[in-house]
Amino acid sequence: MLRYFLSRLLRAVLTIVAVVTFAFVVLRLSGDPALLIMSVDAPPEAVEAFRAAWGLDRPVWEQYLRYFVQVAQGNLGQSMRDGRPALTVVMERVPETLALTLPAFAMKLLIGIPAGIYAALNRNRLADRLTMVISVAGFTVPSFVLALILVLIFAVNLGWLPSGGAESWRHAILPVITLGLSGAAILARFTRSAMLEVLGQPYIRAASAKGLPWRRVVTDHALPNAAIPTVTIIGFMVGSLVAGAVVVESVFSWPGVGRLLVVAVSNRDLAIVQTILLLVAMTMVCANLIVDMLYGWIDPRLRTARAAGG
Amino acid sequence: MSTLLSARGLARHYAVRTGLFGRRASLRAVDGVSFDVPPARTLALVGESGCGKTTTAKLVLGLIPPTAGTVTFEGEALPRPNTVAWREARQRMQMIYQDPLGALDRRLSVLRQVAEPLEIHQVGTKAERRERALALLDAVGLQPHLAGRYPHELSGGQRQRVVLARALILEPALIVADEPVSALDVSIQAQVLNLFEDLQARFGVAFLFISHDLKVVRQVAHDVAVMYLGRIVEQGAPEALFREPVHPYTRALVSAIPVVRRRAGRERIVLEGDPPNPIAVPSGCAFHPRCPVAVAACRSETPALKTLPDGRLVACHLAHGDAAMRKAA
Amino acid sequence: MGALVALSGLTVDFDTGKRVVRALHGVDLSVARGEAVGLVGESGSGKSVTWLAALGLLGGRARIGGSVQLDGTELVGAPVRVLEAMRGKRIAMIFQDPASSLNPVHRIGRQINEALALHRGLTGAAARAETLRLLDRVGIPAAARRLDDYPHQLSGGQNQRVMIAMALAGEPDLLIADEPTTALDATIQAQILALLGELRRDGNMAMVLISHDLGVVAENCDRVAVMYAGRIVEEASADRLFGAPQHPYTQGLLDALPDLDGPRRRLAAIPGTVPEPTRLPPGCAFAPRCPHAEAACVAAVPTFHLLTPGHRAACLKPAASRGMARERAVA
Repeated sequence: MLRYFLSRLLRAVLTIVAVVTFAFVVLRLSGDPALLIMSVDAPPEAVEAFRAAWGLDRPVWEQYLRYFVQVAQGNLGQSMRDGRPALTVVMERVPETLALTLPAFAMKLLIGIPAGIYAALNRNRLADRLTMVISVAGFTVPSFVLALILVLIFAVNLGWLPSGGAESWRHAILPVITLGLSGAAILARFTRSAMLEVLGQPYIRAASAKGLPWRRVVTDHALPNAAIPTVTIIGFMVGSLVAGAVVVESVFSWPGVGRLLVVAVSNRDLAIVQTILLLVAMTMVCANLIVDMLYGWIDPRLRTARAAGG
Repeated sequence: MSTLLSARGLARHYAVRTGLFGRRASLRAVDGVSFDVPPARTLALVGESGCGKTTTAKLVLGLIPPTAGTVTFEGEALPRPNTVAWREARQRMQMIYQDPLGALDRRLSVLRQVAEPLEIHQVGTKAERRERALALLDAVGLQPHLAGRYPHELSGGQRQRVVLARALILEPALIVADEPVSALDVSIQAQVLNLFEDLQARFGVAFLFISHDLKVVRQVAHDVAVMYLGRIVEQGAPEALFREPVHPYTRALVSAIPVVRRRAGRERIVLEGDPPNPIAVPSGCAFHPRCPVAVAACRSETPALKTLPDGRLVACHLAHGDAAMRKAA
Repeated sequence: MGALVALSGLTVDFDTGKRVVRALHGVDLSVARGEAVGLVGESGSGKSVTWLAALGLLGGRARIGGSVQLDGTELVGAPVRVLEAMRGKRIAMIFQDPASSLNPVHRIGRQINEALALHRGLTGAAARAETLRLLDRVGIPAAARRLDDYPHQLSGGQNQRVMIAMALAGEPDLLIADEPTTALDATIQAQILALLGELRRDGNMAMVLISHDLGVVAENCDRVAVMYAGRIVEEASADRLFGAPQHPYTQGLLDALPDLDGPRRRLAAIPGTVPEPTRLPPGCAFAPRCPHAEAACVAAVPTFHLLTPGHRAACLKPAASRGMARERAVA
């Protein structure tokens, strides 16, 4: 178990290093930040001074190494816009994003899992077909389209809810629903196929043959096994808590991490972009670690080594 | 007798970790196996799961490297895997498996399937390849109208025939068959077993036939080697070996086979316990903890595979020692 | 003696959504108390479906007709509650692949406890003691240490013993053993079959042994029924069926089977393949593969003929009538 945990941890660190490197390279190749910030017709001396001040005149590998040392020391650089530490700028926005993604996450679980189980237990009946049609619609419609439809109905036509901004909890309702619905649709499909897979296993029939009422066959025997694959997709959803709302935040003008990212990318504000990417990579990696630990807890086959050889 | 395939002291050990924190141990899947397969004959390897019969097959084909020992095929040492020489040798030694559907490419028609090895090795023209494939389909008893079908449209027995036709098209000297009829129903199994016999007579191909089913083995083999925990414990002609098994394990194994018409006086020996773990092979004779007649020497000394007066090979202290002791068992 | 379980005219239709396929075409079979009945046939013959249907375990897409009587109580069409009370308690079942018939995420002790709580109301220390006794009874060594193991920690043979212990928990009158040793090695198969025979005799429990292996059935059953394409084609005492088979299919199966001793002979294979349920030939389903078939065989499905008391065959030309009954030596 310790070996398993350590190998996962090492993989996690390597993933983060790879993400940082990738982001660094791509952003440096995509344009000159000095020109972008200073505007094209700025005097060359000013541009040079800016480059020198930010270390942009050094070779790329040196910039990269310096950046890495800084990251290791917890220094993620300053925003090129207002000179504040990048970490501060990003962390300010995290609660705003979580205000959307956490309720949406709860909505995904509370709607997606029961809907998937219900559909699986009523396979090929009307209830199943209906659930699946809604589910397919839910994740094939892009979230900005869903957002616009919701805005049209509830903000423009009915006038019940605001169409954007972040002044009160009422402003959060439409973005949360947008995020929650598509996630619930994906989760419903996953849960359904996991349940169907489990319901076809010999031990389900054996549990029925034992005389257990069907309800208990489902709760005691099918659900614990179906949880194993479902945990994977839930892990992905946890991983996207911080950065999974880029589009929705943009549509609803919500001042979260996602919008910050969009603005920072278009401004070539490297420190901000890299900080966000690092944060996203960290949450993803942490979510995966949690999932791996959960597997060990749910599935005894991972927890205990086989006693007898095949 | 000239020999086509010869294995000497073949062994394959795996390093494994036991327990959560990984104490290193050695899993002895195959542990010193020697045998010969003459041309156009069939040697069967029998034994229960974990006895090493499938690993032996992979060693023979060079699919995995041996920890020790040598394989000689058509008079020459088996070339190192994934070399040109190995690929040439592999044309002469084919393999078929228990699950024919898994071995077939589901996107290819039966005819293409059978002709494919010729295409890969660029033998003949397209028309000639087609001709050869059709001839082989006929040889394995598949009607020409099945040539255009796809694997999923065939029955299990028909699929195994296609697999056999494809294995035969490069005119191999040896076919290694791993449980080739185990997935088939009795009536179909009989058809395929007869086919093995016919194909051997017609094409002169030798078989290394791996099975857990003694009845099937007796039907097809000229020579049978019984394996237990990575070693051959008894080897001989099937009639003698099954009529009067000498090794206590063979005796238990033969007596355990349920038969429709039990020969008078054939008593069932029910062994205690499960086959032990190949990670913890018992000392001395690996069978001694389950052996009803084991003596002290069995715990400490590993018995060698030695010839009995009737020509069969047995690895048992009692068989080579006091005959009275054997009777008493 | 009245039958413990009596199937009559049992039919099963599977609704595939597009069409309805009949898998079982009217099966008549009875099992007396304490008796061991074998059911043999090749894959798709309906031998497992017969008993899954009788216990109502085929799921929503199967339609079941005919009658299944357990001690005079009709099970076909019975309320779910009646079926649940019967399963495991009166009729228990064990399956082919013991490792996957046990729930991988629950400890084996818990899985046996579950059956004890359900059928005998045992909980806590009493349940634990009884679980230990059952595991000991089915020959699991050091049972107390095994209670907290998961199925993947046991060997195949041990898992089947656990399944048997679970089946015994309800003290059933009938045990349906569906290919119980097919996935096991020969020496382990011998252990499990010996255990089943012993338990049956000790507890006066009846057993239905479903198997494709004629040898297994011959050695472990009093009476044997042979199934082909969803019907029983021949039924007799084990000695009689294997000694003087009457239906050409039964004869064909025996001739196709390699022997373990005696002179080696070329196998007499049955030509062709088992028909698919959706494409059954008219009349006798075996007619296209039968060496003795004639026009009348194709005209109608043959009915049963009682050849001698207790021996019946659904064939117009049973061996006896062909004047070539091969009385086989039975040791």
